[in-house]
Amino acid sequence: MKPFRMLGRSIRDAVKSVIRNFSLSLASISCITITLIIVAVAIIASYNVQNFTKEIERDMTIVVFLDNDATESDVKKVEKEIKAINNVEKYTFQSKQEVKEKMQEESEVFNTVLNNWDDEESPLKDTFQVKVKEIEKISSTAKKIEYIDKVSVVRYGEGMVDKMVNAFSAVEKVTYGIVIALVLVTVFLIVNTIKLTISARRKEIEIMRLVGASNLTIKMPFIIEGMILGLFGSIVPILIVIYGYFAFYRYFDGYLYSRLIQLIQPEPFVYQISLIVIGIGILVGMIGSASAVRRYLKV
Amino acid sequence: MDLIRLKNVEKKYKNGVTAIYDLNLAIEKGSFVFVIGGSGSGKSTLIKMLYREEKPTKGQVIVGGLDVAKLKNKKVYKLRRKLGIVFQDYRLLPKLTVYENVAFALECIGEKKDDIRIKVLKALEDVGLKNKVHEYPGNLSGGEQQRVAIARAIVNDPKLLLCDEPTGNLDPEKSMEIMRVLEDINKGRGTTIIMATHDKEIVNKMKKQVITLKDGHLVRFKQKGTYAE
Repeated sequence: MKPFRMLGRSIRDAVKSVIRNFSLSLASISCITITLIIVAVAIIASYNVQNFTKEIERDMTIVVFLDNDATESDVKKVEKEIKAINNVEKYTFQSKQEVKEKMQEESEVFNTVLNNWDDEESPLKDTFQVKVKEIEKISSTAKKIEYIDKVSVVRYGEGMVDKMVNAFSAVEKVTYGIVIALVLVTVFLIVNTIKLTISARRKEIEIMRLVGASNLTIKMPFIIEGMILGLFGSIVPILIVIYGYFAFYRYFDGYLYSRLIQLIQPEPFVYQISLIVIGIGILVGMIGSASAVRRYLKV
Repeated sequence: MDLIRLKNVEKKYKNGVTAIYDLNLAIEKGSFVFVIGGSGSGKSTLIKMLYREEKPTKGQVIVGGLDVAKLKNKKVYKLRRKLGIVFQDYRLLPKLTVYENVAFALECIGEKKDDIRIKVLKALEDVGLKNKVHEYPGNLSGGEQQRVAIARAIVNDPKLLLCDEPTGNLDPEKSMEIMRVLEDINKGRGTTIIMATHDKEIVNKMKKQVITLKDGHLVRFKQKGTYAE
Protein backbone atom coordinates (compact mmCIF):
# COMPACT_ATOMS: atom_id res chain seq x y z
CA MET A 1 0.00 0.00 0.00
CA LYS A 2 3.07 2.17 0.05
CA PRO A 3 2.46 3.80 -3.36
CA PHE A 4 -1.02 4.85 -2.27
CA ARG A 5 0.30 6.32 0.95
CA MET A 6 2.87 8.31 -0.99
CA LEU A 7 0.27 9.42 -3.51
CA GLY A 8 -2.00 10.58 -0.69
CA ARG A 9 0.82 12.63 0.74
CA SER A 10 1.63 14.12 -2.62
CA ILE A 11 -1.97 15.12 -3.22
CA ARG A 12 -2.20 16.66 0.24
CA ASP A 13 0.97 18.67 -0.34
CA ALA A 14 -0.20 19.73 -3.79
CA VAL A 15 -3.56 20.99 -2.54
CA LYS A 16 -1.86 22.81 0.33
CA SER A 17 0.49 24.51 -2.04
CA VAL A 18 -2.28 25.54 -4.44
CA ILE A 19 -4.06 27.22 -1.53
CA ARG A 20 -0.89 28.74 -0.09
CA ASN A 21 0.07 30.38 -3.38
CA PHE A 22 -3.51 31.26 -4.09
CA SER A 23 -3.02 34.39 -6.18
CA LEU A 24 -0.47 32.81 -8.46
CA SER A 25 -2.52 29.64 -8.69
CA LEU A 26 -5.50 31.74 -9.67
CA ALA A 27 -3.44 33.46 -12.36
CA SER A 28 -2.40 30.09 -13.78
CA ILE A 29 -5.92 28.75 -13.57
CA SER A 30 -7.32 31.81 -15.39
CA CYS A 31 -4.69 31.48 -18.07
CA ILE A 32 -5.48 27.81 -18.52
CA THR A 33 -9.19 28.71 -18.59
CA ILE A 34 -8.75 31.27 -21.36
CA THR A 35 -6.51 28.96 -23.32
CA LEU A 36 -8.89 26.07 -23.01
CA ILE A 37 -11.89 28.16 -24.05
CA ILE A 38 -10.11 29.12 -27.23
CA VAL A 39 -8.83 25.60 -27.70
CA ALA A 40 -12.35 24.28 -27.26
CA VAL A 41 -13.80 26.76 -29.74
CA ALA A 42 -11.04 25.90 -32.17
CA ILE A 43 -11.65 22.19 -31.80
CA ILE A 44 -15.40 22.60 -32.20
CA ALA A 45 -14.88 24.80 -35.24
CA SER A 46 -12.41 22.45 -36.83
CA TYR A 47 -14.56 19.39 -36.21
CA ASN A 48 -17.50 21.20 -37.74
CA VAL A 49 -15.42 22.33 -40.68
CA GLN A 50 -14.30 18.77 -41.19
CA ASN A 51 -17.91 17.76 -41.02
CA PHE A 52 -18.96 20.38 -43.60
CA THR A 53 -16.15 19.43 -45.87
CA LYS A 54 -17.09 15.81 -45.66
CA GLU A 55 -20.71 16.64 -46.37
CA ILE A 56 -19.77 18.76 -49.32
CA GLU A 57 -17.40 16.10 -50.48
CA ARG A 58 -20.16 13.58 -50.37
CA ASP A 59 -22.43 15.82 -52.45
CA MET A 60 -19.81 17.18 -54.78
CA THR A 61 -19.85 15.65 -58.22
CA ILE A 62 -18.03 16.56 -61.35
CA VAL A 63 -20.41 16.22 -64.26
CA VAL A 64 -18.67 15.41 -67.50
CA PHE A 65 -20.57 16.05 -70.72
CA LEU A 66 -19.31 14.31 -73.81
CA ASP A 67 -19.53 15.64 -77.37
CA ASN A 68 -22.80 14.95 -79.13
CA ASP A 69 -21.12 12.83 -81.75
CA ALA A 70 -19.32 10.58 -79.27
CA THR A 71 -19.64 6.98 -80.28
CA GLU A 72 -19.80 4.05 -77.96
CA SER A 73 -16.09 3.33 -78.35
CA ASP A 74 -15.32 7.01 -77.58
CA VAL A 75 -17.32 6.62 -74.39
CA LYS A 76 -15.24 3.56 -73.48
CA LYS A 77 -12.03 5.51 -74.10
CA VAL A 78 -13.16 8.42 -71.96
CA GLU A 79 -14.21 6.05 -69.21
CA LYS A 80 -10.79 4.42 -69.26
CA GLU A 81 -9.07 7.77 -68.92
CA ILE A 82 -11.28 8.95 -66.11
CA LYS A 83 -10.62 5.71 -64.32
CA ALA A 84 -6.88 6.36 -64.60
CA ILE A 85 -7.04 9.66 -62.70
CA ASN A 86 -5.83 9.26 -59.13
CA ASN A 87 -8.28 11.49 -57.38
CA VAL A 88 -11.32 9.78 -58.87
CA GLU A 89 -13.15 7.74 -56.32
CA LYS A 90 -16.01 6.46 -58.40
CA TYR A 91 -18.05 7.44 -61.40
CA THR A 92 -21.33 6.58 -63.00
CA PHE A 93 -22.24 6.80 -66.62
CA GLN A 94 -25.54 8.00 -68.03
CA SER A 95 -26.17 7.71 -71.71
CA LYS A 96 -28.29 10.28 -73.54
CA GLN A 97 -31.07 7.75 -73.53
CA GLU A 98 -30.98 7.43 -69.76
CA VAL A 99 -30.83 11.17 -69.32
CA LYS A 100 -33.81 11.53 -71.56
CA GLU A 101 -35.82 8.97 -69.66
CA LYS A 102 -34.97 10.58 -66.39
CA MET A 103 -36.04 13.97 -67.61
CA GLN A 104 -39.22 12.61 -69.03
CA GLU A 105 -40.06 11.11 -65.69
CA GLU A 106 -39.46 14.41 -64.00
CA SER A 107 -41.74 16.61 -66.04
CA GLU A 108 -44.66 16.45 -68.44
CA VAL A 109 -43.30 19.28 -70.56
CA PHE A 110 -39.96 17.61 -71.08
CA ASN A 111 -41.78 14.42 -71.83
CA THR A 112 -43.60 15.81 -74.83
CA VAL A 113 -40.69 17.90 -76.11
CA LEU A 114 -38.16 15.13 -75.83
CA ASN A 115 -40.42 12.63 -77.50
CA ASN A 116 -40.16 14.62 -80.71
CA TRP A 117 -36.42 14.04 -80.95
CA ASP A 118 -34.93 10.76 -81.87
CA ASP A 119 -31.47 9.70 -80.74
CA GLU A 120 -29.64 11.19 -83.70
CA GLU A 121 -30.77 14.73 -83.27
CA SER A 122 -31.05 14.81 -79.52
CA PRO A 123 -29.29 17.82 -77.93
CA LEU A 124 -28.67 15.77 -74.85
CA LYS A 125 -25.22 14.47 -74.15
CA ASP A 126 -23.77 11.35 -72.62
CA THR A 127 -22.54 12.16 -69.12
CA PHE A 128 -20.22 10.83 -66.48
CA GLN A 129 -20.78 11.73 -62.85
CA VAL A 130 -17.47 11.62 -61.07
CA LYS A 131 -16.87 11.65 -57.34
CA VAL A 132 -13.46 12.70 -56.09
CA LYS A 133 -11.46 11.49 -53.14
CA GLU A 134 -9.98 14.81 -52.08
CA ILE A 135 -12.25 17.79 -52.42
CA GLU A 136 -9.31 20.23 -52.33
CA LYS A 137 -8.06 18.87 -55.64
CA ILE A 138 -11.41 18.92 -57.37
CA SER A 139 -10.49 21.74 -59.75
CA SER A 140 -7.31 20.10 -61.02
CA THR A 141 -9.15 16.84 -61.46
CA ALA A 142 -11.87 18.61 -63.40
CA LYS A 143 -9.24 20.20 -65.62
CA LYS A 144 -7.64 16.85 -66.33
CA ILE A 145 -10.98 15.45 -67.38
CA GLU A 146 -11.63 18.43 -69.58
CA TYR A 147 -8.49 17.66 -71.62
CA ILE A 148 -9.71 14.19 -72.47
CA ASP A 149 -10.66 13.82 -76.11
CA LYS A 150 -14.38 13.97 -76.85
CA VAL A 151 -15.20 15.67 -73.58
CA SER A 152 -17.16 18.81 -74.31
CA VAL A 153 -17.88 20.42 -70.95
CA VAL A 154 -17.00 19.75 -67.33
CA ARG A 155 -19.09 21.23 -64.55
CA TYR A 156 -18.83 21.38 -60.80
CA GLY A 157 -19.59 24.15 -58.32
CA GLU A 158 -16.25 25.73 -59.25
CA GLY A 159 -15.97 29.13 -57.61
CA MET A 160 -18.12 28.45 -54.59
CA VAL A 161 -16.47 25.20 -53.64
CA ASP A 162 -12.92 26.42 -54.12
CA LYS A 163 -13.51 29.52 -52.04
CA MET A 164 -15.26 27.69 -49.27
CA VAL A 165 -12.65 24.98 -48.99
CA ASN A 166 -9.86 27.52 -48.99
CA ALA A 167 -11.58 29.65 -46.39
CA PHE A 168 -12.14 26.68 -44.16
CA SER A 169 -8.58 25.49 -44.29
CA ALA A 170 -7.29 29.01 -43.67
CA VAL A 171 -9.51 29.37 -40.63
CA GLU A 172 -8.30 26.02 -39.40
CA LYS A 173 -4.64 26.94 -39.78
CA VAL A 174 -5.04 30.26 -38.00
CA THR A 175 -6.85 28.68 -35.07
CA TYR A 176 -4.17 26.03 -34.77
CA GLY A 177 -1.56 28.77 -34.64
CA ILE A 178 -3.42 30.65 -31.92
CA VAL A 179 -3.97 27.50 -29.92
CA ILE A 180 -0.30 26.55 -30.01
CA ALA A 181 0.77 30.05 -28.97
CA LEU A 182 -1.70 30.07 -26.08
CA VAL A 183 -0.68 26.64 -24.89
CA LEU A 184 2.93 27.80 -24.82
CA VAL A 185 2.05 30.90 -22.81
CA THR A 186 0.10 28.77 -20.37
CA VAL A 187 2.92 26.29 -19.96
CA PHE A 188 5.23 29.21 -19.27
CA LEU A 189 2.89 30.55 -16.60
CA ILE A 190 2.59 27.18 -14.94
CA VAL A 191 6.36 26.79 -14.97
CA ASN A 192 6.54 30.05 -13.03
CA THR A 193 3.84 29.08 -10.56
CA ILE A 194 5.51 25.79 -9.81
CA LYS A 195 8.89 27.49 -9.67
CA LEU A 196 7.58 29.70 -6.88
CA THR A 197 6.19 26.70 -5.05
CA ILE A 198 9.51 24.97 -5.37
CA SER A 199 11.48 27.90 -4.05
CA ALA A 200 9.06 28.21 -1.13
CA ARG A 201 9.79 24.59 -0.32
CA ARG A 202 13.46 24.49 -1.20
CA LYS A 203 14.51 23.66 2.34
CA GLU A 204 11.98 20.90 2.61
CA ILE A 205 13.11 19.43 -0.68
CA GLU A 206 16.73 19.52 0.42
CA ILE A 207 15.85 17.61 3.57
CA MET A 208 13.78 15.16 1.60
CA ARG A 209 16.81 14.42 -0.54
CA LEU A 210 18.98 13.98 2.52
CA VAL A 211 16.67 11.53 4.23
CA GLY A 212 16.39 9.40 1.14
CA ALA A 213 13.16 10.35 -0.58
CA SER A 214 13.21 9.07 -4.16
CA ASN A 215 13.15 11.59 -6.97
CA LEU A 216 9.65 10.56 -7.88
CA THR A 217 8.47 11.21 -4.33
CA ILE A 218 9.96 14.69 -4.48
CA LYS A 219 8.56 15.53 -7.90
CA MET A 220 5.12 14.03 -7.43
CA PRO A 221 3.52 16.84 -5.36
CA PHE A 222 4.58 19.46 -7.91
CA ILE A 223 3.35 17.47 -10.85
CA ILE A 224 0.06 16.84 -9.09
CA GLU A 225 -0.13 20.55 -8.34
CA GLY A 226 0.18 21.26 -12.05
CA MET A 227 -2.51 18.73 -12.79
CA ILE A 228 -4.81 20.31 -10.22
CA LEU A 229 -4.28 23.72 -11.82
CA GLY A 230 -5.11 22.19 -15.20
CA LEU A 231 -8.18 20.47 -13.82
CA PHE A 232 -9.54 23.66 -12.20
CA GLY A 233 -8.73 25.57 -15.35
CA SER A 234 -10.85 23.24 -17.45
CA ILE A 235 -14.07 23.63 -15.43
CA VAL A 236 -15.27 26.90 -16.97
CA PRO A 237 -14.34 25.94 -20.54
CA ILE A 238 -16.26 22.70 -20.20
CA LEU A 239 -19.37 24.50 -18.96
CA ILE A 240 -19.04 26.91 -21.86
CA VAL A 241 -18.62 24.06 -24.32
CA ILE A 242 -21.63 22.14 -23.09
CA TYR A 243 -24.12 24.97 -22.56
CA GLY A 244 -22.71 27.15 -25.30
CA TYR A 245 -22.80 24.55 -28.01
CA PHE A 246 -26.29 23.38 -27.13
CA ALA A 247 -27.50 27.00 -27.29
CA PHE A 248 -25.62 27.63 -30.52
CA TYR A 249 -27.04 24.52 -32.10
CA ARG A 250 -30.57 25.36 -31.06
CA TYR A 251 -30.26 28.98 -32.19
CA PHE A 252 -29.22 27.99 -35.71
CA ASP A 253 -31.45 24.96 -35.74
CA GLY A 254 -28.56 22.74 -36.72
CA TYR A 255 -27.61 24.61 -39.90
CA LEU A 256 -25.33 27.49 -40.66
CA TYR A 257 -26.46 29.88 -43.46
CA SER A 258 -27.71 27.13 -45.70
CA ARG A 259 -28.73 23.53 -45.63
CA LEU A 260 -25.34 22.73 -47.09
CA ILE A 261 -23.51 23.57 -43.87
CA GLN A 262 -24.79 21.20 -41.27
CA LEU A 263 -23.63 21.40 -37.64
CA ILE A 264 -22.60 18.34 -35.69
CA GLN A 265 -25.25 17.02 -33.30
CA PRO A 266 -24.46 18.31 -29.78
CA GLU A 267 -24.78 14.90 -28.19
CA PRO A 268 -22.41 13.15 -27.63
CA PHE A 269 -20.16 15.68 -29.38
CA VAL A 270 -19.95 18.16 -26.47
CA TYR A 271 -19.02 15.42 -24.01
CA GLN A 272 -16.24 14.21 -26.24
CA ILE A 273 -14.98 17.76 -26.56
CA SER A 274 -15.19 18.17 -22.76
CA LEU A 275 -13.02 15.10 -22.30
CA ILE A 276 -10.49 16.47 -24.76
CA VAL A 277 -10.52 19.81 -22.93
CA ILE A 278 -9.92 18.18 -19.52
CA GLY A 279 -7.21 16.06 -21.07
CA ILE A 280 -5.45 19.05 -22.57
CA GLY A 281 -5.81 21.03 -19.31
CA ILE A 282 -4.28 18.30 -17.19
CA LEU A 283 -1.60 17.59 -19.74
CA VAL A 284 -0.61 21.23 -20.05
CA GLY A 285 -0.47 21.52 -16.25
CA MET A 286 1.61 18.40 -16.03
CA ILE A 287 4.04 19.39 -18.76
CA GLY A 288 4.45 22.85 -17.22
CA SER A 289 5.17 21.55 -13.75
CA ALA A 290 7.34 18.68 -14.96
CA SER A 291 9.55 21.06 -16.88
CA ALA A 292 9.71 23.45 -13.91
CA VAL A 293 10.66 20.59 -11.63
CA ARG A 294 13.31 19.37 -14.02
CA ARG A 295 14.79 22.80 -14.44
CA TYR A 296 14.71 24.05 -10.87
CA LEU A 297 14.96 20.90 -8.81
CA LYS A 298 17.71 19.08 -10.67
CA VAL A 299 16.74 15.85 -9.03
CA MET B 1 33.84 -5.97 8.16
CA ASP B 2 34.51 -2.58 6.69
CA LEU B 3 31.48 -0.39 6.30
CA ILE B 4 33.36 2.25 4.35
CA ARG B 5 36.27 1.82 2.01
CA LEU B 6 37.99 4.51 -0.03
CA LYS B 7 40.51 3.57 -2.70
CA ASN B 8 42.76 6.13 -4.37
CA VAL B 9 40.11 8.79 -4.04
CA GLU B 10 40.76 12.17 -5.56
CA LYS B 11 38.37 15.08 -5.59
CA LYS B 12 38.97 18.04 -7.81
CA TYR B 13 36.33 20.74 -7.90
CA LYS B 14 35.31 22.40 -11.13
CA ASN B 15 37.06 25.61 -10.15
CA GLY B 16 40.34 23.69 -10.21
CA VAL B 17 40.81 23.30 -6.48
CA THR B 18 41.80 19.81 -5.42
CA ALA B 19 40.25 19.03 -2.05
CA ILE B 20 41.38 15.43 -1.62
CA TYR B 21 44.52 13.76 -2.97
CA ASP B 22 44.80 9.99 -3.31
CA LEU B 23 42.97 9.01 -0.16
CA ASN B 24 42.81 5.39 1.06
CA LEU B 25 40.66 4.54 4.05
CA ALA B 26 38.79 1.68 5.63
CA ILE B 27 36.36 2.21 8.46
CA GLU B 28 34.97 -0.70 10.40
CA LYS B 29 31.36 -1.25 11.22
CA GLY B 30 30.41 0.10 14.62
CA SER B 31 33.35 2.45 14.97
CA PHE B 32 33.30 6.09 16.07
CA VAL B 33 35.65 8.18 13.98
CA PHE B 34 36.57 11.84 14.15
CA VAL B 35 37.74 13.59 11.02
CA ILE B 36 39.86 16.57 11.96
CA GLY B 37 41.86 19.17 10.17
CA GLY B 38 41.88 22.89 9.59
CA SER B 39 39.73 24.80 7.14
CA GLY B 40 40.33 23.59 3.61
CA SER B 41 41.81 20.30 4.80
CA GLY B 42 39.11 18.39 2.91
CA LYS B 43 37.14 17.02 5.83
CA SER B 44 33.84 18.42 4.64
CA THR B 45 34.55 17.14 1.15
CA LEU B 46 35.21 13.69 2.58
CA ILE B 47 31.89 13.71 4.44
CA LYS B 48 30.09 15.01 1.35
CA MET B 49 31.52 12.21 -0.76
CA LEU B 50 30.23 9.68 1.74
CA TYR B 51 26.63 10.78 1.21
CA ARG B 52 27.22 11.58 -2.42
CA GLU B 53 26.68 15.26 -2.31
CA GLU B 54 29.96 15.25 -4.20
CA LYS B 55 31.33 12.60 -6.52
CA PRO B 56 35.01 11.68 -6.42
CA THR B 57 36.87 12.59 -9.59
CA LYS B 58 39.01 9.47 -9.26
CA GLY B 59 38.92 6.29 -7.25
CA GLN B 60 36.31 4.31 -5.43
CA VAL B 61 34.11 5.23 -2.49
CA ILE B 62 32.23 2.25 -1.13
CA VAL B 63 29.64 2.76 1.59
CA GLY B 64 27.78 -0.28 2.87
CA GLY B 65 28.49 -2.18 -0.34
CA LEU B 66 27.34 0.65 -2.64
CA ASP B 67 29.85 2.16 -5.03
CA VAL B 68 29.01 5.78 -4.42
CA ALA B 69 30.99 7.13 -7.38
CA LYS B 70 29.01 4.97 -9.80
CA LEU B 71 25.64 5.70 -8.20
CA LYS B 72 23.29 7.41 -10.64
CA ASN B 73 21.52 10.56 -9.59
CA LYS B 74 18.22 8.73 -9.61
CA LYS B 75 19.53 6.07 -7.23
CA VAL B 76 21.08 8.34 -4.64
CA TYR B 77 18.11 7.82 -2.36
CA LYS B 78 19.14 4.18 -1.90
CA LEU B 79 22.36 5.33 -0.28
CA ARG B 80 20.68 8.06 1.74
CA ARG B 81 18.30 5.59 3.32
CA LYS B 82 21.26 3.70 4.74
CA LEU B 83 22.69 6.71 6.50
CA GLY B 84 21.77 9.63 8.67
CA ILE B 85 23.28 13.07 8.34
CA VAL B 86 23.63 15.84 10.93
CA PHE B 87 24.77 19.35 10.05
CA GLN B 88 26.09 22.30 11.94
CA ASP B 89 22.95 24.33 11.15
CA TYR B 90 20.45 21.60 12.21
CA ARG B 91 18.31 21.99 9.06
CA LEU B 92 14.96 21.54 10.75
CA LEU B 93 11.67 22.66 9.23
CA PRO B 94 10.47 25.58 11.36
CA LYS B 95 6.78 25.08 10.64
CA LEU B 96 6.76 21.50 11.88
CA THR B 97 6.86 20.37 15.50
CA VAL B 98 9.68 18.27 16.88
CA TYR B 99 7.64 15.14 16.35
CA GLU B 100 6.71 16.12 12.78
CA ASN B 101 10.29 17.01 11.93
CA VAL B 102 11.48 13.56 12.90
CA ALA B 103 8.48 11.83 11.36
CA PHE B 104 9.10 13.73 8.11
CA ALA B 105 12.13 11.54 7.39
CA LEU B 106 9.98 8.42 7.55
CA GLU B 107 6.99 9.92 5.72
CA CYS B 108 9.26 10.75 2.81
CA ILE B 109 10.13 7.11 2.36
CA GLY B 110 6.54 5.96 2.76
CA GLU B 111 6.51 4.27 6.15
CA LYS B 112 3.23 3.34 7.80
CA LYS B 113 1.79 5.81 10.29
CA ASP B 114 1.83 3.38 13.21
CA ASP B 115 5.44 2.39 12.53
CA ILE B 116 6.38 6.04 12.24
CA ARG B 117 4.94 6.78 15.66
CA ILE B 118 6.85 3.99 17.37
CA LYS B 119 10.14 4.81 15.68
CA VAL B 120 9.88 8.57 16.18
CA LEU B 121 9.14 8.29 19.89
CA LYS B 122 12.02 5.83 20.31
CA ALA B 123 14.43 8.16 18.52
CA LEU B 124 13.30 11.17 20.55
CA GLU B 125 13.72 9.16 23.72
CA ASP B 126 17.26 8.24 22.69
CA VAL B 127 18.20 11.89 22.35
CA GLY B 128 16.36 12.81 25.57
CA LEU B 129 13.63 14.98 24.08
CA LYS B 130 10.55 12.92 24.78
CA ASN B 131 9.02 15.74 26.80
CA LYS B 132 9.28 18.24 23.91
CA VAL B 133 7.60 16.41 21.07
CA HIS B 134 5.01 19.11 20.42
CA GLU B 135 7.35 22.10 20.60
CA TYR B 136 8.41 23.99 17.51
CA PRO B 137 12.15 24.18 16.74
CA GLY B 138 12.09 27.94 17.24
CA ASN B 139 11.26 27.44 20.92
CA LEU B 140 14.20 25.12 21.54
CA SER B 141 17.80 25.87 22.46
CA GLY B 142 20.56 25.17 19.94
CA GLY B 143 21.55 21.99 21.72
CA GLU B 144 17.99 20.74 21.74
CA GLN B 145 17.54 21.58 18.06
CA GLN B 146 20.67 19.62 17.25
CA ARG B 147 19.30 16.67 19.21
CA VAL B 148 16.11 16.83 17.15
CA ALA B 149 18.28 16.74 14.06
CA ILE B 150 20.12 13.71 15.44
CA ALA B 151 16.80 12.02 16.20
CA ARG B 152 15.75 12.63 12.61
CA ALA B 153 19.03 11.20 11.37
CA ILE B 154 18.75 7.99 13.39
CA VAL B 155 15.00 7.43 13.21
CA ASN B 156 15.36 5.10 10.24
CA ASP B 157 18.00 3.15 12.18
CA PRO B 158 20.81 3.75 9.69
CA LYS B 159 24.07 1.85 9.70
CA LEU B 160 26.04 5.05 9.40
CA LEU B 161 25.66 8.47 10.96
CA LEU B 162 27.58 11.32 9.33
CA CYS B 163 28.06 14.49 11.34
CA ASP B 164 29.50 17.63 9.75
CA GLU B 165 30.59 19.89 12.62
CA PRO B 166 27.52 19.10 14.73
CA THR B 167 28.82 21.10 17.68
CA GLY B 168 30.05 24.03 15.64
CA ASN B 169 27.29 26.37 16.86
CA LEU B 170 27.17 25.18 20.45
CA ASP B 171 28.95 26.10 23.66
CA PRO B 172 31.27 23.49 25.25
CA GLU B 173 28.67 22.28 27.72
CA LYS B 174 25.99 21.70 25.10
CA SER B 175 28.63 20.19 22.83
CA MET B 176 29.44 17.55 25.43
CA GLU B 177 25.73 16.82 25.76
CA ILE B 178 25.57 16.17 22.03
CA MET B 179 28.66 13.97 22.24
CA ARG B 180 27.09 11.89 24.98
CA VAL B 181 24.00 11.40 22.83
CA LEU B 182 26.19 10.36 19.90
CA GLU B 183 28.17 7.96 22.04
CA ASP B 184 24.97 6.36 23.31
CA ILE B 185 23.79 5.92 19.75
CA ASN B 186 27.12 4.41 18.77
CA LYS B 187 27.02 1.95 21.66
CA GLY B 188 23.29 1.36 21.96
CA ARG B 189 22.35 1.02 18.32
CA GLY B 190 25.75 -0.02 17.00
CA THR B 191 25.63 2.82 14.50
CA THR B 192 28.92 3.71 12.87
CA ILE B 193 29.57 7.41 13.43
CA ILE B 194 31.84 9.65 11.40
CA MET B 195 32.12 13.17 12.67
CA ALA B 196 34.01 16.06 11.15
CA THR B 197 35.04 18.62 13.73
CA HIS B 198 37.68 21.11 14.68
CA ASP B 199 36.82 21.06 18.38
CA LYS B 200 40.06 19.92 20.06
CA GLU B 201 38.54 19.48 23.47
CA ILE B 202 35.92 17.03 22.29
CA VAL B 203 38.38 14.95 20.34
CA ASN B 204 40.79 14.78 23.24
CA LYS B 205 38.11 13.86 25.75
CA MET B 206 36.36 11.19 23.69
CA LYS B 207 39.45 9.09 22.88
CA LYS B 208 38.04 7.72 19.62
CA GLN B 209 39.59 6.92 16.27
CA VAL B 210 40.92 10.03 14.61
CA ILE B 211 41.53 10.71 10.95
CA THR B 212 43.69 13.78 10.47
CA LEU B 213 43.59 15.54 7.12
CA LYS B 214 45.84 18.33 5.98
CA ASP B 215 45.51 20.12 2.64
CA GLY B 216 43.68 17.13 1.21
CA HIS B 217 46.20 14.51 2.37
CA LEU B 218 45.69 11.88 5.02
CA VAL B 219 48.22 12.66 7.74
CA ARG B 220 47.27 10.19 10.41
CA PHE B 221 44.67 7.53 11.22
CA LYS B 222 44.90 6.62 14.89
CA GLN B 223 42.92 4.50 17.30
CA LYS B 224 42.13 6.43 20.49
CA GLY B 225 43.70 9.51 19.00
CA THR B 226 43.90 13.07 20.11
CA TYR B 227 43.96 16.38 18.34
CA ALA B 228 47.67 16.67 17.65
CA GLU B 229 49.02 19.67 15.84
